[in-house]
Amino acid sequence: MRRYSLEKFARLLENIIYSPSRNRKIELLVEYYKQTNDPDRGFAVALITNSLKLSSIRSTNLKQIIKSKVDPILFDLSYDYVGDMAETISLLWPFKKKKKLCTLSYFINFFHENSKLQVEKFLVSQLDKASTTERWAIIKLFTGGLRIGVSEKNAKVSLSKFGNVNLDQIEKIWHGFSPPYVKLFSWLEKGGPIPKIDILKTFHPMMLADQIDSKNDFRKLSPDDFEAEWKWDGIRVQLIISETETVIFSRNGDNITNSFPELRFKTNRNVVLDGELLVGGNLNPGSFNDLQQRLNRKKVSKGILQKFPAFIKLYDILFQDFKDLRSMKFSSRREILENWFNSNKQENLDLSSIIFFENWKDLTKVRNKFLQSSNIYEGIMLKKKNSIYHNGRPKGMWYKWKRDPKSVDAVLMYAQRGHGKRSSYYSDYTFGVLDGKNLVPIGKAYSGYTNEELDKLDKFVRKNTIQKFGPVREVEKTLVFEIAFDSISKSKRHKSGLALRFPRISKIRWDKSPEEIEDLKRIKDFYKLS
Amino acid sequence: MHLLDYRLNIVPINVFIDPQYPVEKAIITHAHADHAKPGHKKVLGTKETLEIMKLRYGKTCAGEFQYINYGQKIQIDDVSITLYPAGHIIGSSQVLLEYKNHKIVVTGDYKTKKDTTATSFELVKCNTLVTEATFGLPIFKHPDPNKEVRKILDSIKINNDKDHLIGVYALGKAQRLIKLFRENGFDENIFIHGALNKICNYYEDKGINLGKLKMLTKDSFDIEPKIILAPPSALKDRWSRRFKKKIISQASGWMNIKQRVKQSLIEIPLVISDHADWNELTKTILNCGAENIWVTHGREEGLVHWCTRKGLNAKPLSIKGRDEEI
Repeated sequence: MRRYSLEKFARLLENIIYSPSRNRKIELLVEYYKQTNDPDRGFAVALITNSLKLSSIRSTNLKQIIKSKVDPILFDLSYDYVGDMAETISLLWPFKKKKKLCTLSYFINFFHENSKLQVEKFLVSQLDKASTTERWAIIKLFTGGLRIGVSEKNAKVSLSKFGNVNLDQIEKIWHGFSPPYVKLFSWLEKGGPIPKIDILKTFHPMMLADQIDSKNDFRKLSPDDFEAEWKWDGIRVQLIISETETVIFSRNGDNITNSFPELRFKTNRNVVLDGELLVGGNLNPGSFNDLQQRLNRKKVSKGILQKFPAFIKLYDILFQDFKDLRSMKFSSRREILENWFNSNKQENLDLSSIIFFENWKDLTKVRNKFLQSSNIYEGIMLKKKNSIYHNGRPKGMWYKWKRDPKSVDAVLMYAQRGHGKRSSYYSDYTFGVLDGKNLVPIGKAYSGYTNEELDKLDKFVRKNTIQKFGPVREVEKTLVFEIAFDSISKSKRHKSGLALRFPRISKIRWDKSPEEIEDLKRIKDFYKLS
Repeated sequence: MHLLDYRLNIVPINVFIDPQYPVEKAIITHAHADHAKPGHKKVLGTKETLEIMKLRYGKTCAGEFQYINYGQKIQIDDVSITLYPAGHIIGSSQVLLEYKNHKIVVTGDYKTKKDTTATSFELVKCNTLVTEATFGLPIFKHPDPNKEVRKILDSIKINNDKDHLIGVYALGKAQRLIKLFRENGFDENIFIHGALNKICNYYEDKGINLGKLKMLTKDSFDIEPKIILAPPSALKDRWSRRFKKKIISQASGWMNIKQRVKQSLIEIPLVISDHADWNELTKTILNCGAENIWVTHGREEGLVHWCTRKGLNAKPLSIKGRDEEI
């Protein structure tokens, strides 16, 4: 079984990229785990989910090597044609004799344990023994991102299928392991008690809220069962405060501690907290734009720190002194949170306040008043008092009652085929508004319609195509969409100068004529973005 | 005076090879639509090439048809013309032109690999070679086609509840693929899209046995899982929606580029081509003995560069609108 391990991994990657359906990709992974030993299968998971990076060699090093082996001009022409470095090199590498490659884990360990020069030599020796597909897979491993269409979520689903366990169980402990996940695989394969993880070093998957359907849901829900809080327009974070350190995770589990050096907290008890990271002085949140000045920065300058100071508003508590509080009800957790907060008051830390209300009408009034007067709220959160803290989006527990979406009438300009099940349908739409007499695209949407509507839209695109650019069709500019979106901001990246947040089709206006669509200047004026 | 110009006009006698627009006199190398156009006054070609033209465009698609055999020399004024097999599809030919001790070979589309549905390529010595370059980059090396078709034969065993839809061009590729299936031991029904029917029948009439073929009709869509051959365009379009459980495949020389396969949503790529790959192109250039190489029809730049490095006189010959493999 251990033999031909790198070969098997290459075949897995190839089969995965050729599989259009998510389920098929997952099946392939499960099959692979069954046929592969530790630690190879764990390394495979790490590579596929991008949790492991082999960075000592770059594609430029490899480019130099290949250019010494083949005519550099033919290499450049080939690269121009293929467009992908790993693939071009794999196709041009002078083929010798196919010989057995090393195992995946040997390969990875070699990368970590040896000098760049040794690694380069080793790599060449492996490429010499490999088939084209194997060369492609090997090069893909370190030229950054496999991009084979398997998300971390799908990898977890494949693990849950492999071990025949609940996805939830994997989610809960996933972040407690690191590659090559030997303990995790051993548990999945042999069963037994759920493996223990270090709570204070691990991201715990977050609980998320459902969108409320304000027309129907309130009739069914009792106001007495719920607490209301503001939904702040920042980023959700998990905060782990122990005696020795503070760790901040984003909602995807990325460690973002280093981007926020001012957020270092003290505690009398070890805690795992849930909150919102915001930017603004004196615990007053500024706009989302201000926050963006702080995101994705590795180094933070003094100026930025002063101008855009960060702080956290706490929502919830998950652990206190290694005690898992997630199975307690929200109101009890809230009490514990308040107690901890009151005995650990410090700079840059705030508590999200509870909004008092008698009935839904009451709350609606509060919502309307505050949302109109200020931009800092994204809406209201409703949390069932007896809700346990369950990862994912459990039905009927937490609701977000966002600002009503904004909308704009725009005209369909281009359509593109979708993926997977939608691959024979033109399901991705680019729409535009008027800019003087011309049309300018302002966004793309691929949701918001029913299957019947998709059928109709697909027919419309086919009948009204005026030009084709590869997979994209330009259509007659006659069909009007009402596009809903969450917010709008200035953008240098788009020709229109605007970027919509989460645009989707709210109505297809078969009845409207394209003369009635919105004008770029009016939009900019209306949202004060000129 | 030139013998041949960049439009592939044989200047002294004003005869064009594979002209794109109607002309007085044309030599047609093979019947693919980008080489054989209707509307010429007089066409010269192999029997198969001209018969397929009639089959596709109608009996009056040219004013006059003149069949010649491979190796049969025709003299027009000072120029003699001979057709040699190109191994591309049935009836496909290279054109040898002889004029005042100078020999020019226009390869047309060709391949040197084995194909039991076409007469094998014959190397012709010449002074000037006008070569195609569809796969004129060293990234293109076509594998053994038997190995490729076995991918499908293996898959139908594992995925025995699914239809296997394979995209192929109707003329040449389809019949070659069917033949390859037969040669690799698959003798059950193969289903074909209506667009392939006429040409398959033609091949059968020419004595190329394709085994049990069934045209797909309204009633046969939902019968047992099957191998289906259809034009590539049909696979990506509404036609394919009627197959509920399916695996999409395509047979083409481009299929060795993974990005391309992925973009076209193909699950089983078959790298099978009717064109010469890089090794075949370069080998032919060296072996034909020509000192002048004109490169056309594809990725000229790479092949011209290679020839120049080998000390040959090479230049690209641009013919518009001829790029993709047929």
